[in-house]
Amino acid sequence: MQLVLEKRAERSRTIALVSPLIAIALTLITMSVLFAILGKNPITALGVYFIAPLTDGYSLQEIAVKATPLVMIAIGLSLCYLANAWNIGAEGQFLIGAVAGSWIAVTTQGTEAGHWVLPAMLVAGAVAGALYALIPALCRVRFGASEILTSLMLVYVADLLLDYLVRGPWRDPAGFNFPTTAEFDPVATVPVLIEGGRLHLGSIIALIVVAGAFVLLDRTIKGFEIRVVGVAPRAARFGGFNANQLVLLTFAVSGALAGLAGIIEVAGPIGHLQPGISPGYGFTAIIVAFLGRLNPIGILIAGLFLALTFIGGEQAQITMKIPLDVTKVFQGILLFYVLACDSLILYRFKLVFAARQVQSAAR
Amino acid sequence: MLLVEAIILSVLAASTPLLLAATGELVTERAGVLNLGVEGMMIVGAACGFAGAWVSGSIIVGALCGIVAGMLTSLIFAFMTLGLAVNQVATGLALTILGIGLSGLIGARFVGERITTAPKLSIPGLTDIPLVGRILFGEDAFVYLSLALIIGVWWFLYRTRAGLVLRACGDNHVSAHALGYPVLRIRMLAVLFGGACAGLAGAYLPLAYTPFFIPGMTAGRGWIALALVVFASWRPGRLVIGAYLFGAVTILQLHAQGAGVGIPSQFMSALPYLATVIVLVLLSRARTGGSTAPAALGTVFVPDR
Amino acid sequence: MMKRLLGAAAALVLAGSIAGVAHAADKLKVGFIYLGPIGDLGWTYQHELGRQALVKELGDKIETTYLENVPEGPDSERAIEQLVRAGNKLIFTTSFGYMDPTLKVAKKYPNVHFEHATGYKRDKNMSTYSGRWYQGRYIQGQIAAKMSKAGVLGYIGSFPIPEVVSGINATMLGAQSINPNIKVKIIWVNTWFDPGKEADAAKALLDQGADIIMQHTDSPAAMQVAAERGKLAFGQDSEMIKFGPKAQLTSILDTWGPYYIARVKAELDGTWKSEDTWGGLDSKMFEMAPYTNMPDDVKKMAEETQAAITSGKLHPFKCPIVAQDGKEVECKGGDHLADGQILGMNFYVKGVDDKLPGK
Repeated sequence: MQLVLEKRAERSRTIALVSPLIAIALTLITMSVLFAILGKNPITALGVYFIAPLTDGYSLQEIAVKATPLVMIAIGLSLCYLANAWNIGAEGQFLIGAVAGSWIAVTTQGTEAGHWVLPAMLVAGAVAGALYALIPALCRVRFGASEILTSLMLVYVADLLLDYLVRGPWRDPAGFNFPTTAEFDPVATVPVLIEGGRLHLGSIIALIVVAGAFVLLDRTIKGFEIRVVGVAPRAARFGGFNANQLVLLTFAVSGALAGLAGIIEVAGPIGHLQPGISPGYGFTAIIVAFLGRLNPIGILIAGLFLALTFIGGEQAQITMKIPLDVTKVFQGILLFYVLACDSLILYRFKLVFAARQVQSAAR
Repeated sequence: MLLVEAIILSVLAASTPLLLAATGELVTERAGVLNLGVEGMMIVGAACGFAGAWVSGSIIVGALCGIVAGMLTSLIFAFMTLGLAVNQVATGLALTILGIGLSGLIGARFVGERITTAPKLSIPGLTDIPLVGRILFGEDAFVYLSLALIIGVWWFLYRTRAGLVLRACGDNHVSAHALGYPVLRIRMLAVLFGGACAGLAGAYLPLAYTPFFIPGMTAGRGWIALALVVFASWRPGRLVIGAYLFGAVTILQLHAQGAGVGIPSQFMSALPYLATVIVLVLLSRARTGGSTAPAALGTVFVPDR
Repeated sequence: MMKRLLGAAAALVLAGSIAGVAHAADKLKVGFIYLGPIGDLGWTYQHELGRQALVKELGDKIETTYLENVPEGPDSERAIEQLVRAGNKLIFTTSFGYMDPTLKVAKKYPNVHFEHATGYKRDKNMSTYSGRWYQGRYIQGQIAAKMSKAGVLGYIGSFPIPEVVSGINATMLGAQSINPNIKVKIIWVNTWFDPGKEADAAKALLDQGADIIMQHTDSPAAMQVAAERGKLAFGQDSEMIKFGPKAQLTSILDTWGPYYIARVKAELDGTWKSEDTWGGLDSKMFEMAPYTNMPDDVKKMAEETQAAITSGKLHPFKCPIVAQDGKEVECKGGDHLADGQILGMNFYVKGVDDKLPGK
């Protein structure tokens, strides 16, 4: 017996809509079994993961806060991946953006600087992220050095640079020499949208980014170029598209978005620069990008969905004493199901009982 | 023992888990499959390897448990990417999340326990040779096993027919398929080999390096192994150089600190990463022609019917 | 194995409704935020032992919850607030990086009490607590100077924060009181937790001639390297004798249990007040593991020093303190450095042959 995939003549639109639901149904079944073994009530447990966080305003806000950087970074990454440029180092670009933006916040601290500070910080974050992303892009275009390696290695370098700055030059003078800058001034802080909550302007910016990416890919020549270079590099060459230029462009855009996400995170929910500002956003965003099928709207949904599992996982730890490791397993299984079901959009699954059939058919 | 000798011994040990994991990933990628879940497979291997050794009292049993655990974890990946034609990058990352969770669950019982680490070899006569004896004959068996493995992989890839077929699958799966080779089956074996190596690499940490299990003890080594494969431009010889280069810079920066070089430690810690980037750029510059990555790397293959 | 683990988890009572806040339980709810996994064998593990001691003592009156592996970045504020929203009335946040998030949540929920470990910001419903571990380091310095044949100590640092720097200084002052010419080699590994790298650092220090290993990182890796090489070492945070039965001289044990019990009792009585607790040897905020692998006279000396510090007769940072550059440090605490100077320590004492990172 053998599992065989059969390519559909065209993408199945029905399945594209239904597949996430199938995935969730399968996850519910699997996790119900796991929770039953754990001695937890599966219905309650799943309610805690999926339903409870959606039932109150606080959790909804928190989901948006958590999803904001993920979505912004993933949008940029999706452009890279569509153009066949493998940016694995968004985490580093996120950190550098945070560092560059914070530089303005730190130098203007306690001065009369007006409302230009925050916009300047956002611009600085985006520019620095873009420049940092251009290093691996240039190494690839100029020297043919794999951007996978260089972008990944630069993550560690960015992390250590941030560490050096907050432990040395930028340390809060009144902070007993602990490694953080002073709290940013109000003019250097991303405003909160709802009094008392944490939902901030960054979430609106993320939505604008999603809309922008949608227009770019769907309505512009550049977007068309990006997609063609990725899918059919040869055809793109004949079409006169410059692949190298697109590598530089997509890397710069994704670096800028990651950097912007970084400074928004620091000037928003955190409020100062410190080590450990990212719980792996840059890497999680890679999953978000693919979970969203490299499509802006899909990425928005995927980012919110992944954020939901993080919030739900915390609530499961609190209310049901479910260990964090179970939540990780749960997330892993969920991702597998979603990805597997997405495969149904392009393929039909068939169980074949005669093992040799495939090969003879291929001849 | 001279300082140089001591440093070389430390470098050998520090590089071994990187070399083991990267060897497996090299074979996987040569078959055209990009498995980013090395870190996840390693940490599962570490947990199961320790569990096996603790229960049985045998390092060998522990190592086998690590290998099997790594293979089982990679089997999930193989089923997803080869069986269901799912995107490899996303699956690999999801595998890392799953692996970290699984290892935590498996390892929880063993936190705080200890075992006796794998013994250093001691061959009368040989190990006592001045200068080179301890380096060539005095480390734990895994160190030499990892070298034997990469030599074996080189021989397999370039000197056997099966190796040629495997490389063909990685370079052009359509042609390989047209020639009648079972592309998916070959790729599955390559993924399993990668899983076995990652599992062993993970198990090396609690079995030979530090005799205990702690969640997250692989501390990013899986990512470094992935980067080393790229660094090596998918060639076994250069992989050895890359792994030892990375290990050497890591150890040397510690020694430089101990000797009191007044450079910020963050800069010293960043050195291994910077060195890898710079060396790669120099190597790429010297090389003529295009990229040496397997042409079909990371792409989905579904046999036509 | 899995079954046993799952069984243990199952034994825990399912608490309240889905949202967890609907039913006000009679028991006091106490929450903990942990930085690492509870099995890290170091920092978080010791807090978890403290929580378990608390449950053992007051389990019939309270219900505890913890969130583990909470990163110090943007996630921590949410994690703390989640505990509040789940009805926890007393919340311990157990790492320095939770300071500002804890303060933010504390301001938002004035009726909930917070306890933040190792920080310096307080509020009327937010206390701080920490240990004067430098006292233990001083004793270790004396032992090290007595036991070292080479006169060179190897010190593995995590990050150059004041707590670690004051530990190095206290060690040196203790060691210099025995052997004025003692040397120390310092390696910063830039991580709290990477057993492999900690082991590498320990090997490097031993290879460079140090014969006693001291560490301010979390895993027993360094201890085990010292044991393998037949050298001596000090543990950190937790009891590590298992990893070096012939190597461990002593270890500073973070024993949070008594403090947690005292604070929860206060909360139960309604006498909880915002306080700044910086507990030394006298308060049992930490303890010294048994003095092992040393001759009786060294052991006796260590015990005497410990008694002197406990009674307050001896202060590790007794003035005059001379800094690395040869200048005397201003003495703000009478005959010893003021707490603020120790809490924010940013200089090496004379005799440390290393450049302080970030200076």
